[in-house]
Amino acid sequence: MLKIENLHVNVEDKKILQGLNLKISPGETHAIMGPNGSGKSTLANVLSGKEGYDVKKGKITFLNNNLLNLEPEERAGEGLFLAFQYPVEIPGVSGMNFLRTTINSVRKYKKQKELDGVNFLKILRKKAEFIKMDENLIKRSVNTGFSGGEKKRSEILQMSLLEPKLAILDETDSGLDIDALKTVANGVNNLKNKERSFLIITHYQRLLNYIVPDKVHILSNGKIVKSGDKNLAIELEKKGYEGIK
Amino acid sequence: MSIDVETKKTVKSITKKYKYGFTTNVESDKAPKGLNEDIVKLISKKKDEPKWLLDWRLKAFRAWLKMDEPNWSMVKFPKIDYQDSYYYSAPKPKKKLKSLNEVDPAILSTYEKLGIPLEEQKRLAGVAVDYVFDSTSVATTFKDQLAKLGIIFCSFSEAVKKHPELIKKYLGTVIPYTDNYFATLNSAVFSDGSFVYIPPGVRCPMELSTYFRINAENTGQFERTLIIADKDSYVSYLEGCTAPMRDENQLHAACVELITLDNAEIKYSTVQNWYPGDEKGKGGVYNFVTKRGACRGNNSKISWTQVETGSAITWKYPSCILQGDNSVGEFYSVAITNNFQQADTGTKMIHLGKNTKSTIISKGISAGKGQNTYRGLVRMGPKATNGRNFTQCDSLLIGDRCGAHTVPYIEVKNQSAKVEHEATTSKISDEQMFYCRQRGLDQENAVSLIVNGFCKEVLKELPMEFAVEAQKLLGISLEGSVG
Ligand SMILES: Nc1ncnc2c1ncn2[C@@H]1O[C@H](COP(=O)(O)OP(=O)(O)O)[C@@H](O)[C@H]1O
Ligand SMILES: [Mg+2]
Repeated sequence: MLKIENLHVNVEDKKILQGLNLKISPGETHAIMGPNGSGKSTLANVLSGKEGYDVKKGKITFLNNNLLNLEPEERAGEGLFLAFQYPVEIPGVSGMNFLRTTINSVRKYKKQKELDGVNFLKILRKKAEFIKMDENLIKRSVNTGFSGGEKKRSEILQMSLLEPKLAILDETDSGLDIDALKTVANGVNNLKNKERSFLIITHYQRLLNYIVPDKVHILSNGKIVKSGDKNLAIELEKKGYEGIK
Repeated sequence: MSIDVETKKTVKSITKKYKYGFTTNVESDKAPKGLNEDIVKLISKKKDEPKWLLDWRLKAFRAWLKMDEPNWSMVKFPKIDYQDSYYYSAPKPKKKLKSLNEVDPAILSTYEKLGIPLEEQKRLAGVAVDYVFDSTSVATTFKDQLAKLGIIFCSFSEAVKKHPELIKKYLGTVIPYTDNYFATLNSAVFSDGSFVYIPPGVRCPMELSTYFRINAENTGQFERTLIIADKDSYVSYLEGCTAPMRDENQLHAACVELITLDNAEIKYSTVQNWYPGDEKGKGGVYNFVTKRGACRGNNSKISWTQVETGSAITWKYPSCILQGDNSVGEFYSVAITNNFQQADTGTKMIHLGKNTKSTIISKGISAGKGQNTYRGLVRMGPKATNGRNFTQCDSLLIGDRCGAHTVPYIEVKNQSAKVEHEATTSKISDEQMFYCRQRGLDQENAVSLIVNGFCKEVLKELPMEFAVEAQKLLGISLEGSVG
């Protein structure tokens, strides 16, 4: 699915990622944990193609594509999804319109027929209900005036509609109360299957009680310093980042 | 008799008497270049107008000679040589093309993006339309329906002939012939336009648009429109079309006058998409328009909605004079300037009656090296007790070589009146662009989506059939503005 080899990334001449390696196979769920400022969001942004990141060295392969050669929208079309740590507001654009536009853009990329209004609504209602997202919220402007929890829920709704091959969740759990956390985890677990992979970026072990990872990696100083199974997250929670090193 | 021969005869018949040497030019179907009283007389004679209308034109012309081109707006353009254009040319039937294959592929691709149906594309591009879709017969059916209700909807020239009493009563009462340089020029030389009269108590059952008007082609340069909504009546009027319009005339100076009597309402919507010039700023239409409505009656309402995407220069201020007590004026505007386009647009809300209310929502979008100015006047007269205005002026910048300017003028002469003004300037952020692209939208679709969101409050005022095309048009107008 995804293979990152010796990735070095600078932001404004500051070295952020320094020789990161990671391999995710189809159907696997990986978690990346690391202290604030260790480069977790940087990794997510580089994978999804955001500008402003200077890739100095390394190679990223996504489903046999050289990922770094693709535009962000092409990566989305190929099935890469990023649930943002800070989803942005788009005033005046209704969620309904946004969701339909994104789905049809991705379908167009895959040379599939566009969804008409009726079928789109049918699918949307089903998915929204599952993650307990109020339809009124979807009618409002995208993320505009949403609470932190509402924004994260909306990211999960988009993920479940776009049905990506690899979903990256950047601190989707932060700022969520326990009920919201459970519905978000439910949304993810519901999407899990033999082909689909997840990269869960988180600060806390808490989320991993609900979304059980196949592998856990610890990111520090721009490198993965330790990998293990779900127990590594528990150990980390007990000892802290200092204790692990 | 063909139009050409007819024109030459008319020109000949009056040129003998004048000193400007028309005889050397009669081989053409145009009167000679330049503007003088003879040309004004020729236009009037050609249209077989009554003497009072010719006199009105001449008064306007004489007033115009004493006026100076205004220079207070933000727009910049080379000096126009008014003696270097034609003010009269016979309406030439456009050369009909045999099929869409003969049409410029660039234009076809725009039609496609706008989702204009094939038959409609043919009509717009001037392809001969076969009997399956006969727009003339469609128009005739509608005309019959309107006539039954007593609604008059015809070309201005036809109205002068058939309803002279209405024209005489209302023409120039909202925009006097001395009003401003371009309106005065229009009053002297206007070619044709539309006339609408809605009788008392009638609600016009359909949107009136130039599309259903017969005999109205080639009226572009100095168009004149007059709409009267009598007591308790309602009409929604659509001007323009989303398809790109090319015109060899660089200068356009139209006039639109609206009048509402007691309890009447006029909703006037415009989509303006004249040729904006190329990416280097060459060519394009100069659009200097005077539009004004008078809410004469109590409880009457005039609402302007405009989507301005075309023209090299747009200079227009659709305004409302709120004379009747409790009357309402609205102005909803989207103006886009891309490449080298310039727009100086806004409105005037003149509150004269008691409890008059006005709302102004202006959305200016600048991209490329475009310059976009909102200029608005809100005046509360001494008798405008409890007058209310709300103004919201938002500017959106795409890139860093364009400009947005807001110039509000407020005059309040009544203590009880209230005026509120809000203004914002924003940019399409990199974060918004990336968010949309991460969800699969390419750059152009992302800009289009964000811009449509920005303009939503205005777009929702457009009649349905216009709104969908207008949304696509916004995206198309901004093509090439990012990346
Ligand atoms: N746009 C930027 N400009 C400058 N420094 C940045 C930028 N983005 C991230 N950084 C820096 O890169 C480091 C890693 O940031 P980030 O990837 O957001 O960390 P994390 O998500 O692990 O908290 C931090 O030191 C942060 O300050
Ligand atoms: Mg982060």
